[in-house]
Amino acid sequence: MIIVRALKDVGSYFLMLKRVFSGFTKGSVLRELIFKEIDDLIIGSLGIVSFISFFVGGVIAIQTALNLENPLIPKSLIGFATRQSMILEFAPTFISIIMAGKMGSFITSSLGSMRVTEQIDALDVMGINSLNYLVFPKIIALLFYPFVIALSMFLGIFGGFLAGVYGGFTSPGEFVTGLQDSFEPFHLTYAFIKTFIFAFILATVPSWQGYFMKGGALEVGKASTNSFVWTSVLIILTNYIVTTLLLS
Amino acid sequence: MIHVENIHKSFGEHEVLKGISTVFERGRTNLIIGASGSGKTVLLKCLLGLFQPDEGKIFYEDKSIHDMDDEEQRDLREHIGMLFQGGALFDSMTIEENVMFPLRMFTNKKRGEMLDRVNEVLARVNLENVNSKFPAEISGGMQKRVSIARAIVNKPKYLFCDEPNSGLDPNTATVIDNLIQEITKENNITTVVVSHDMNSVMEIGENIVLLKHGHLVWEGSNQDIFKTNNKDVTDFVYSSDLFKKIREVQLKEG
Repeated sequence: MIIVRALKDVGSYFLMLKRVFSGFTKGSVLRELIFKEIDDLIIGSLGIVSFISFFVGGVIAIQTALNLENPLIPKSLIGFATRQSMILEFAPTFISIIMAGKMGSFITSSLGSMRVTEQIDALDVMGINSLNYLVFPKIIALLFYPFVIALSMFLGIFGGFLAGVYGGFTSPGEFVTGLQDSFEPFHLTYAFIKTFIFAFILATVPSWQGYFMKGGALEVGKASTNSFVWTSVLIILTNYIVTTLLLS
Repeated sequence: MIHVENIHKSFGEHEVLKGISTVFERGRTNLIIGASGSGKTVLLKCLLGLFQPDEGKIFYEDKSIHDMDDEEQRDLREHIGMLFQGGALFDSMTIEENVMFPLRMFTNKKRGEMLDRVNEVLARVNLENVNSKFPAEISGGMQKRVSIARAIVNKPKYLFCDEPNSGLDPNTATVIDNLIQEITKENNITTVVVSHDMNSVMEIGENIVLLKHGHLVWEGSNQDIFKTNNKDVTDFVYSSDLFKKIREVQLKEG
């Protein structure tokens, strides 16, 4: 029974994607919707992403420093560890999980509320492809998501630098040496490939949860929670698969 | 004119509509009435094409909605106005943007022309100085009127109303009823109203269809409703104490 339900859900998700990319809304309207989504989803997330990244970068630097007991290990490792943690995992993966909570819940609850208050029915009755009108602009807006992740990487490393240097754990020179040490440009490619995949998951899974929800206000809350859980699970699984494929 | 022919609709084992056939005429206010669970809203959603009937056909003029291709269905929908039970106004848009929405989607008019039309229909529903407000900032009755304005802004041929009076006080409900009837006459459109409000039935019911357990059990006008001895009609009409008393007075007076 659970398997049948899961298969139905997967089928309905892919059928939704098919409808999202058909029956296009009038160009001038779509353009405005895309700008609005960029404002809501991308610009609206910059504050929290900056705050979290800056302080987590600082904490990574301090914790690495506090674990360096052997005097033979160079202090430049602090910069190296901060860079690797931020670029490979924290910025792309963990910021995406945080965004599954912030952005995902926002998408699910706004679409769920529209469903409950018949606003989606109103679009359908007017002959508008509501999935294209509501979901397509979110997907396009999230093409800018890698900029958010790039900002997170930069601020995380900058936070690590400030915490390391002004906390007295390392010198600016040692930190920068660590940053440059054994740098693999492909790690950035890997991080941004998975960021694009996560962006697609962040736009579509919460939309699916919100668009197809049934019931009232309580169900909107439940759908938001489910949306966070499923988006996070998919991000973690995709992270594992992409890492296996690209870095193993 | 909308012609409904032998519509059946089931959800799982439960058959909600059991062979409904009727005609909703142009220039008249057609009412679908019945108790909760009688199939009114399902019939309305079948008319709108939101539900696909299991059997039977629905004709808009002489064309079956089920035989239309996507393009024809889209064209038809541009000529449909809908007043939802809760108004269904887009809460991220102002009143002006809400009413302008069908014009922006389906016409190539300039902004000034669209604005003129928006102000014209808002004035028609007796609303002024609300253009820049958001739906949450106005009363329920005003939201219903905005919803009517949005439904008629693109000059539809068909107007559907789902329980337009729910949640409104009697005075506002009468205003909404009268507005629906006036708009129907002025524009000579086919209007279908789903209601279980007896005041609406008496005010605007030119052609009334009574549903019971998915069957069409009676058809007539508001003039006929007090004359009929059909048990289903009397059970429905006189279920309220007020109408029971009116009936008693009528019987006493012969």
